[in-house]
Amino acid sequence: MIQADKLRKTFNKGKVVAVDDVSFTARDGQITGLLGPNGAGKTTTLRMLYTLLEPDSGSMTVDGIDPLAEPIQVKRKLGVVPDSRGLYDRLTARENIRYYGKLQGLDKNLIASRIDKLAGVLDMGAFIDRRTDGFSQGQRVKVAIARALIHEPGTILLDEPTNGLDVMTTRALREFLLQLKMEGRCVVLSTHIMQEVAALCDRIVIIAAGRIAAEGTAQQLLERSGEKNLEDAFVKLIGSDEGLLA
Amino acid sequence: MIAVFIKELLDNFRDRRVILNTLIIGPLLGPVLMTVMISFVAKQETERMESALELPVVGAENAPNLVAWLERQGVVIEPAPEDPEESVREEEEEVVLRIPAEFAEAWSEGRPAPVEIIADRSLRYSGTTIARVNRYLSSYNQQIGNLRLQLRGVHPDITRPVDSQVVDLSTPTARGGQILAFLPYFILITVFMGSMHMAIDTTAGERERKSLEPLLINPMPRWQIMAGKLGATTFFALATLGLGLIAFVYAMGFLPTASMGIKLNLDFAVAAKAFLVVAPAALLAAAMLTILASFAKSFREAQSYMGLVIILPMAPSLWLLINPAKAEFWMTLVPLLNQNILIVELVRGESIPPSWFGATIASTLALALILAAIAGSLYNRPKLIFTSD
Repeated sequence: MIQADKLRKTFNKGKVVAVDDVSFTARDGQITGLLGPNGAGKTTTLRMLYTLLEPDSGSMTVDGIDPLAEPIQVKRKLGVVPDSRGLYDRLTARENIRYYGKLQGLDKNLIASRIDKLAGVLDMGAFIDRRTDGFSQGQRVKVAIARALIHEPGTILLDEPTNGLDVMTTRALREFLLQLKMEGRCVVLSTHIMQEVAALCDRIVIIAAGRIAAEGTAQQLLERSGEKNLEDAFVKLIGSDEGLLA
Repeated sequence: MIAVFIKELLDNFRDRRVILNTLIIGPLLGPVLMTVMISFVAKQETERMESALELPVVGAENAPNLVAWLERQGVVIEPAPEDPEESVREEEEEVVLRIPAEFAEAWSEGRPAPVEIIADRSLRYSGTTIARVNRYLSSYNQQIGNLRLQLRGVHPDITRPVDSQVVDLSTPTARGGQILAFLPYFILITVFMGSMHMAIDTTAGERERKSLEPLLINPMPRWQIMAGKLGATTFFALATLGLGLIAFVYAMGFLPTASMGIKLNLDFAVAAKAFLVVAPAALLAAAMLTILASFAKSFREAQSYMGLVIILPMAPSLWLLINPAKAEFWMTLVPLLNQNILIVELVRGESIPPSWFGATIASTLALALILAAIAGSLYNRPKLIFTSD
């Protein structure tokens, strides 16, 4: 479970406010969607959660642990698929995943069995022992996800996971995320694609210009905006349609 | 930390170009270059000294005795070119001897008879030949001078009030050390070249691949990740250093040391000592290059910085070349300079006080560790993590 309270982050000595007064809760056994146009502050918010950025003010906890006080402990709880997948081209998919397993401090046999399991679930059998040089976007995302889940984290953060994927891969990925949710994990994903949140998310947090524009289930958001479909509801809640159709 | 170390090695060993460049060409370049250069110079020198001197003479008829004497000494007298100045300027002849018409007159009157050696001193290769011609002429000078004195009943020694002689204490080993003056430079450059690729690949390369952000999300203190990378880079530097030294030991075996009158003190025992002395510099190079490369956004950018850093190991060698100072203790406290000094002393076969070894290793290691600590703290800066913000 993630709790964020009044997070604020500025860059360039306060000139650029990336995230301002962002509070939300993501519960276990649910998929929470951070929805917003490009540059709304989604990635910055996630980066603060996975400890690569420090907020200027505000507080947050992951399973009750403060990332600022105990970054290493928090990182053990988190599985993160960041915006940049960054695989090592000269290593095979299996070696890429194994490396992260070792960095997590896992035992060799455990890593091997988990890789086999993840390769099965994510349908990676055909390319698991190939070098990642020349992998398609879909294959790369799969490796990045397997890499992030090797230590079976309770909380999973995904930054724009379906970016650059074709329809079939996107569908498979959604299935997989729903499966993680059924296992009782806390899944948070950021996206600018409305269909994605509509199809997946139990709770939706709309971020625009660094602030929370609205928060709730899809149904609640419809009611609050008074619109009939989600797309119109988003445009109304954000205050413009800028970036949403990108 | 060990996981990072192993991964970086595996990752880079997969790259054939890297292995070829850093582990084969790098260590071999210095030894091969040096061997070829030294044997070439040595061969040329002996050829110039031993082959018969071919000397075009203008106006040979003005001093038939001198020319005959020269021929008896083994000089091959050649017909004079039409324009001696021009032929030297055009580099058709190295040296031309001109005996003017007034030679005979001056000779019979007992005045110093004029002889001209026409040459261009700015041409480096002509130096030896000018010296040889001069030596023949002064030997003739002395012989005739002595004869003239004896005719007048004067002992020739009266013209030599002082008899100066150089007592050369240099051993063949020390003279060999002179030849090996380049060695420290080649060894240090090998270390820098060896760590260069790894330093870039593990830092700037990681940023370029955008793999740094996911890497840092792993539950490990950032300094440990950097330590693993630095360890891998240092390992490469040490490997090139070791291979380079072995290559030097073998390569120097090909030099015609006997005919050069020198003895090279570079066996495996000396190489092992040199390895110990330079090993801290491997960490120094790795840390320094890693710091630099960490600030670069891409491989290319990092490489452009490296060109400047490569001058660094050269600086002490150049300084010693321009200003050949006597080795003193304070020099062992200056990293990179101290490696230079100690390697030179080692190959000269001098006995080196243990304190010098200690100071060299300690001072270099201290600087290396400071730089390593700086490198370890670099990934705490968000600016160095994100590339596209």
